[in-house]
Amino acid sequence: MSKFELSRRNMLKSSAAGLAALSAGGLSRLAHASDLTVGIVYVGPRDDFGWNQAHAVAAAALKDVPGVTVVEEENVPETVAVEKSMESMINLDGAKLIFATSFGYYKPFVLDLAGKYTDVEFRHAAPLWTEADPKNAGSYFGYLDQAHYVNGVAAGLSTTSNKLGFVAAKPIGTVLRNINSFLLGARKVNPEATVQVIFTGEWSMPVREAEAANALVDAGCDVLTCHVDGPKVVIETAESRGIKCCGHNASQAPLAPKGFITGAEYKWETIYKMFAANLAEGQPLPNFTGGGFDVDFVRSTPYGAGASEAAIASADAARADVKAGKPIFVGPINKQDGSPLLAAGASFDNYEPSLDQTDYLIEGVVGSIT
Amino acid sequence: MSDDAGLMTVLLAMFAGAIRVSTPFLFVSLGEMLTEKSGRINLGLEGTLVFGAMSGYAISYHTGSPWFGVLVAGICGSCFGALHGYLCKLPKVNDIAIGIVLMLFGTGLAFFFGKAYIQPSAPRLPAISFGAWSDHPGIRQALEINPLFLLGIVLAIFLWWALRNTRYGLIIRTTGDSAPAALALGINVDRVRLLSTMAGGFFAGIGGSFLSLYYPGSWTEGLSSGQGLMAVALVIFARWNPLYCFWAALLFGAAGALGPALQSIGISRGYHFFNAAPYILTLLIMIASTSPRRSLKGAPGELSITK
Repeated sequence: MSKFELSRRNMLKSSAAGLAALSAGGLSRLAHASDLTVGIVYVGPRDDFGWNQAHAVAAAALKDVPGVTVVEEENVPETVAVEKSMESMINLDGAKLIFATSFGYYKPFVLDLAGKYTDVEFRHAAPLWTEADPKNAGSYFGYLDQAHYVNGVAAGLSTTSNKLGFVAAKPIGTVLRNINSFLLGARKVNPEATVQVIFTGEWSMPVREAEAANALVDAGCDVLTCHVDGPKVVIETAESRGIKCCGHNASQAPLAPKGFITGAEYKWETIYKMFAANLAEGQPLPNFTGGGFDVDFVRSTPYGAGASEAAIASADAARADVKAGKPIFVGPINKQDGSPLLAAGASFDNYEPSLDQTDYLIEGVVGSIT
Repeated sequence: MSDDAGLMTVLLAMFAGAIRVSTPFLFVSLGEMLTEKSGRINLGLEGTLVFGAMSGYAISYHTGSPWFGVLVAGICGSCFGALHGYLCKLPKVNDIAIGIVLMLFGTGLAFFFGKAYIQPSAPRLPAISFGAWSDHPGIRQALEINPLFLLGIVLAIFLWWALRNTRYGLIIRTTGDSAPAALALGINVDRVRLLSTMAGGFFAGIGGSFLSLYYPGSWTEGLSSGQGLMAVALVIFARWNPLYCFWAALLFGAAGALGPALQSIGISRGYHFFNAAPYILTLLIMIASTSPRRSLKGAPGELSITK
């Protein structure tokens, strides 16, 4: 790295500090939403029928809040590139609140910048923040496994082969938890059901996702769902193979007019609007925000043509149960290796902290993490 | 599931995957082969592939005719080829550097114009069923073959024949092996290379349209996972022979299907390794096929990497 770049960065830093001093301190700027600039970083295109689209729709709702300016950047990889993007949002656009929306942005990039720019608030979309992390960083998250559980209930009543297929990106906690909850939903109404999972290893890899979907159909699965950034390919492949499917992240109902059952969707606008309202009132932002159906952070896609009446009735009932706080993880549940996770009669609360660190698949899921 | 049934499933999936996934490899490698036969390397075909995918999808969406989309993708590809051919004609211009520039340019331009086409669904190319004789649903599915795949086979055979047996084939080979000899014969070297690069770009554009219009069948920015670049390695592997290009494309397609297929029958340990199979294959091929002591058999003599 050249000396020039270092000195340029320092100059930017000091001029930013000067600006902040002129405007009577960064925090008081934050208190007045009248001139708040919010920066949002996406890992893929904003209209991917999936993860990024769910965020972008919510960001659009944020733009309607008076006084809020939103700056966005898409296709930012989970590398040092995201640090540069966020720094330029802070130094050039004057962003005081940054939403880093991809899992891999947090460590070390968000943490580093939170230490460097103490007057900027960082919020990251995964349940990763802990007490040891900087106080101007934080996490917000929708517990999508609740909606995947509802998907599972509907899927369990829609299968005839009792084999459900799941195309998953990477074996991280949230993905594994969604797979487990999907199986538990299916098992609740159909004890014979199994979930076969294929990991692609990447958040977005269309050809391999199509191959995985085809391989699952060839293996006898007759309902497909997925956890990848853009479910478009998986849903379209399921539709073209004439089987049913459940969505993920955003609504894919238009992609499968015949086989779409329902889908698990985030409702980020609830969180984004809540943050904007907090800022307008001068309230500090919470470091950790999370929830599911009960606080309207997730929702189910309206039923498609693939949903039978029995599936709709059971799925509606399951959603009402989860909303009322009835647990998803009810024993006896064994992990894949046969070791017990929950004894008969025991259960996990739906926000049980240890579920955030899920590093196992449960019995009934076919496929391996490693 | 018994072991035999599992093995059959994997073999069938690899067979089906070879047919489904190989077409872009085939078209890009044929295009690259033709360009290299005339004595230039066009590394920009990755960008051409992505732009072809975008333009084919966009035209199919607007006109309702996927075949027209394929044609436009090819024409866009030959425009990129013409740009490469023209720039490389200028004195002291390196064709590899221009290729890398065009790769980034094509990808960026495709992303820029492609924003509006991520959401809409365009009509896709049809498939022809060759599996009606079988009761096995897997075989029937595997034999749903896209006409572009068949066209690729015909093209490979035609190029193989034409390069050997026609006057134009001889002109291209002469240009690629020795520019001074071609000049002495009164051949316009720059024009031959320009036209070969344009034809190569045309094929690569068609390969891209296959990605967006048939398999996986939609336009997204992450659509190509390096098929265009791998096809360049594939040409070397195939020793600049169009027929070998076809077999190599099939091999790469089958390797790509290996990871998901093994997971679908429950062999899922080490799936990262199996998913990386096409890339490992590329690496092994490059290692196995190069030697400091000899130049590659069949390599055109004018190529800047072999000169």
